[in-house]
Parts: sequence; C-alpha cells; structure tokens
Amino acid sequence: MSAPKFTTLTARCVVLPVMDVDTDQIIPARFLKVTDKKGLGEKLFCDWRYRDDGSPNPDFVLNRPESQGARILVAGHNFGCGSSREHAPWALVGWGLQAVISTLFADIFKGNSLKNGLLPIEIAPAAHAALVAARTQNPQLPVTVDLHAQTVAWPGQAPLQFPIDPFSRTCLLEGVDELGYLQKFTPQAEAYEAAHA
Amino acid sequence: MSQSPKTLFQKIWDAHVVAEEPGAPAVLYIDLHLVHEVTSPQAFAVLKERGLKVRRPDRTVATMDHSIPTRGGYEAADEMGRIQLRLLESNCQAHGIRMYGLDSVQRGIVHVIGPEQGFTQPGMTIVCGDSHTSTHGAFGSLGFGIGTSEVGHVLATQCLLQRKPRTCEVRVDGQLRPGVTAKDIILAVLAKIGVGGGTGHVFEYTGSAIRSLDMEGRMTVCNMSIEGGARAGMVAPDDRTFQFVAGREFAPKGAAWDRAVARWRQLPTDPGATFDKTVTLDASRLEPMVTFGTNPGQGVAITQPLPTPASLSDPNERAGLEKSLAYMKFEPGKPILGQPVDVVFLGSCTNSRLVDLRAAAQLLRGRKVAANVRMMVVPGSQSVKQAAESEGLDRVFKEAGADWREAGCSMCIAMNGDQLSPGQLAVSTSNRNFEGRQGKGGRTVLASPLTAVAAAVAGRIADPRALLS
Ligand code: SF4
Repeated sequence: MSAPKFTTLTARCVVLPVMDVDTDQIIPARFLKVTDKKGLGEKLFCDWRYRDDGSPNPDFVLNRPESQGARILVAGHNFGCGSSREHAPWALVGWGLQAVISTLFADIFKGNSLKNGLLPIEIAPAAHAALVAARTQNPQLPVTVDLHAQTVAWPGQAPLQFPIDPFSRTCLLEGVDELGYLQKFTPQAEAYEAAHA
Repeated sequence: MSQSPKTLFQKIWDAHVVAEEPGAPAVLYIDLHLVHEVTSPQAFAVLKERGLKVRRPDRTVATMDHSIPTRGGYEAADEMGRIQLRLLESNCQAHGIRMYGLDSVQRGIVHVIGPEQGFTQPGMTIVCGDSHTSTHGAFGSLGFGIGTSEVGHVLATQCLLQRKPRTCEVRVDGQLRPGVTAKDIILAVLAKIGVGGGTGHVFEYTGSAIRSLDMEGRMTVCNMSIEGGARAGMVAPDDRTFQFVAGREFAPKGAAWDRAVARWRQLPTDPGATFDKTVTLDASRLEPMVTFGTNPGQGVAITQPLPTPASLSDPNERAGLEKSLAYMKFEPGKPILGQPVDVVFLGSCTNSRLVDLRAAAQLLRGRKVAANVRMMVVPGSQSVKQAAESEGLDRVFKEAGADWREAGCSMCIAMNGDQLSPGQLAVSTSNRNFEGRQGKGGRTVLASPLTAVAAAVAGRIADPRALLS
C-alpha cells in the first residue's frame, strides 16, 4: 500500500496568523457527511472563504492572487484545536497544501496531518514572527523545507531546526504504511490477549 | 516487592503496551473501540480496499448520533446523512459489530451510552473517532479521540501506535456553593489554562471537589479535557465509580465482578507519584461560569464584566480577543448578564444525562420559557429519554414551553438540521462555542444546565442562583 511521502519542498506560503484556529473553521461540520475524501479542498475554511451568497470573499487570504499555488500555510498558535476530524487535513491537502508552520499544533490534528503527508512544522515564536514579516515584505517568498535535515529556511534565514518524532519522520521519508507496520505486531497482540483473557 | 510510585495514567499505559521498538511509538492494546457514522466510513473503506476484517468485533460498539434527526427518523435526514447512516449499518453488519441503530431503545450519543450500558470500565483503554472520548476517563480509564486513519488501525489490529503523553494534575479542592456545578469547574479550569494549555498532556483531576462529584459530574469535567488541549482526562475510580458500573448490561458479573473490583482498587495514583505539571483551582470560590468568546477557554464568572482587548499586552492575544468579541457582538467591559438570548440548548455529551435533565427540570418546574426563546431539550440517549419520561421530566419541559426531542448530538454540532440561524445567540450546555459550531453565523455561550434554564426563563443571560430557594 502506498503511504504519503515527504522529502523536500520549496514553495510559496499563505499566512493566516489567527490564534486557536479550530477544526470547525478548517472544515465546518456540515461537510462531514461525506463517505470519502473528495471535494473537501473546495470547502476548506468555507465560512471565512466565501460570502453568504457563495461568492469568494476577496479579503480572505486563500482568495488572493498571490496565494494561488502556495503549498505552505503559516498559521497561528494552537492550530487545529477542537474536534478529531481527519477531514481537516484532508481539506488542507485537498486545497494543495503540504506543510503547515505554527508555534503550536493541537495533538490530534498533528497526528492526523502526519498520516496524510501534511507536515506540521513547529518553530519558536520569534522565528514565526520573522517568517510572517519576511512574507509580508515579499509575497513571493520561497520557503524551503527539508525533512531529512529537519529544517525550514527562507531567504535571509539560515536553516532552522524543527522537531518531529523520529518514527513519523521515517514514515514520511520512506513512505512507510503505518497500518502495515502495526499488522506486523499481530503475534504480540495475540499473546497479549491470551495473557489477559 | 517495591516499585516506584505510579500515576493512574502510568498504570493503565504500562498495562497496555503490547510492543515497543526503539525509535517508534508504543503499540498500545485497545480494550474498547466506539464507532459512529461520521468518522468511520473512510476507515471501513480502507479495510475493504485491503481485504481486512475487523479483528475484534466483540470489542467494537457502534451507535448513530452525530447526523441523526431528533425527530422524524430516517425520513427526516437529508440524503447525504441517510447514506452515511445506512453505510454504518451495512459496515457493522458486514463485520459483525454490535450497533445501536435508529430504532434501538439504547441508542444515544457515543459517550453517553458507553458508560450507560456498562461498556466503559475502570482501567480500560478506550478510543473513538471523536475528541470527547476523554469523557470515559471519569471511570479511571484512559479514553482518547483518534482520527479516521487510526479508526482503521484499531478496526484492523485492535492496537494503536501511540507516543506517551505527559501528565498534568488538575487539583480542585473545596466545596462548591449552591448553583455552581461540575460544568462551572471545567469552564473555570479552561479559562485558567486556555485552549492550548493541556496540549501534549493527559489530565488527572484530583482534590476534594472532584471526589465529591457524582459520576455524571466527573464525566462532564473529563468530557471537556480536550477543550484544554488534553486528549484525555481521568479521575481515579472509587466506590462511587464501582456502584455506577455495577449491574449494567456489559459490566462483569458474579465472581468476575469481585475480581474486577479488586483490580480496579489498585488503579488510583500511588502516594508520592509525580506529575509533569500541576494546575490548582479553589472550588469554593467559583461562581456560575459562561463563555463569552469563540473558544471554550474564553470564559468568565457570570457576574464579571467582559474582558477588554486593550488590557492584553500580547498582540496576537489582543487580536484574538477582538475577533472573538466582534463575532459574538459583545462589547468589551460590559456585563454579560442581561445579554438577550434566542435559543437555549440543553443536551450534548457534556450535559444530557438524567441528572442533568433532573437538575434543569427542578429549576424550570412551575416556570415558563420566555416568549423570545426557543428551548430545545435533547436527551443523551434513548434510555435517558425513557427514564426522564417515567419521572415526568418531559412534562416539566413541555409545560414550560420547551421542545422535547429524541436522543442525539443535535445542535451541539448542527449536522442534523437542528441549528441556529445566522446571528442567533444560544446558551448551550454543550462543549464548543467555535464560530458557526451550532449553525453558520450562530453565536454560542457555553454554560451549565442551571445557567441554561435561568437564561431560558429570563430570555437573557441570567444568574441561576436567583432562581434557587
Ligand atoms: S454531543 Fe457534540 S461533542 Fe458530543 S459527541 Fe456529539 S457532536 Fe461531539
């Protein structure tokens, strides 16, 4: 089974510096009636992105011309809090994003993102502020992520280390299928069950 | 045999590690997997794609709650909702999973029926594709929400890859004053630590105020652990826990019960065990709490004025508060008391159990819902509904002018047609006040069932203590 991979990425970014963005904003609950993953990218940030009449809100960052083709979201502190819906990373990936940079991610969102090839990159507040400032100056600012080296960099910023747990890193670099990995432990699970029966 | 002292969390964790390879997360055994219609379809699809079976259907339980209508059955659901519900039915049937369907008298919100039917027991690991799985920690179990990929992992293997979280003690001492409830405790905790304050941690709630809560109150507290960013919240089991579990359909019986209780008595945190972090709260000073913003950490005592962004030094926090207040159409510095209310929602996995309905009905008895307010009462399960009806609680609600519904998540998540209209303000006993959570453009104030009733009667945000006597 093919699992998502991530090695390196150089791309433009979109900046949404709002704190505590919850998964209900990323993908409102009324779109959770899907039984597959299709079409969620169009609903990403739906209630911020579209006006009441359904037309795109020109002030929302995803609708600006310079955001088209961006692959990295620079988000505010505690991004992805709230519900466990994996529809949130599905929607972000569906729009075309491959990485999110923040100062803190909610736990379940982080885990869900890693399973979908969406790399959550946590950097210090000062570095985050510097990135937002650099992007404000240059809307075309290219940001480079190197998962092997665990670094993120942009013009004027030497590669910055970011943390990621080694297992998730290996899974993304090598495209390891987590379910396949877990299935290898069936004998141990059986032994556990026998001991606890 | 001397062992270093362990926390409740550590004991359950250690007892469930099936394997652990260097550099990889632990393979954790899952005792109970709860499933609902919204977060499972894509997981069952993965099983189908790979030709896998559900490994332990006997440890898997499904219910319909999120998108089911609270009136009118299947026919009242929209087409996509109906497809989702039917798909859960066929998936459960194909894999031999027990499912509480729309016609079941035991159907209900997943976190209400788990404890109610006796599936939830101390010492267990419990997961569900739902962040409020933290609720089950009230029984001294480790319950946490997982994503849909992980739902697939557990269906296929009964195991989960987990990195060990840190622990945080949330110590609440002191006696609650009249009119102040478990909901006010957790809203006060959240107001203190913020919505990201528990990230990376599991909470253990300790202290005299937690000990004196009934099981329903402990569930209310643990339920909202995720609102503080903690995936799980736990309370050490005690006699009250065992009494609650005893005799329920899926609880151990006879000699097995005695053995289970003996095991469960070993679970509480050992004296001398340490936590990575501690937060304390004095319950005796608490007042009824309400939220004023668009995340559950934005709460104040009901008598207090709304906060002013100008008083915050951090520009991001200031911008966040400004945005929240603007969305809520609340003026900084003004009292929250007296704000006009359009809808009151009594329900959700936080506060829809029989004791919640009883407390609300007691306050509402002989009073009327204000003319400008629509009040909806949605029991957490059909069993709760039936029990409430046999006590005549439904009549109290109906006579007061409230709407009495079938069980479900309903307006907590607004997936089933029960929702706010744009601009409406709801006082809600649920757990999330995010923008649009209860319907696009809707505004939510989270509160206890007592505060919800006070708002329904007054037609505006009101202090429930004025109705006590
Ligand atoms: S009642 Fe609300 S919070 Fe609870 S499970 Fe249902 S939707 Fe989720």
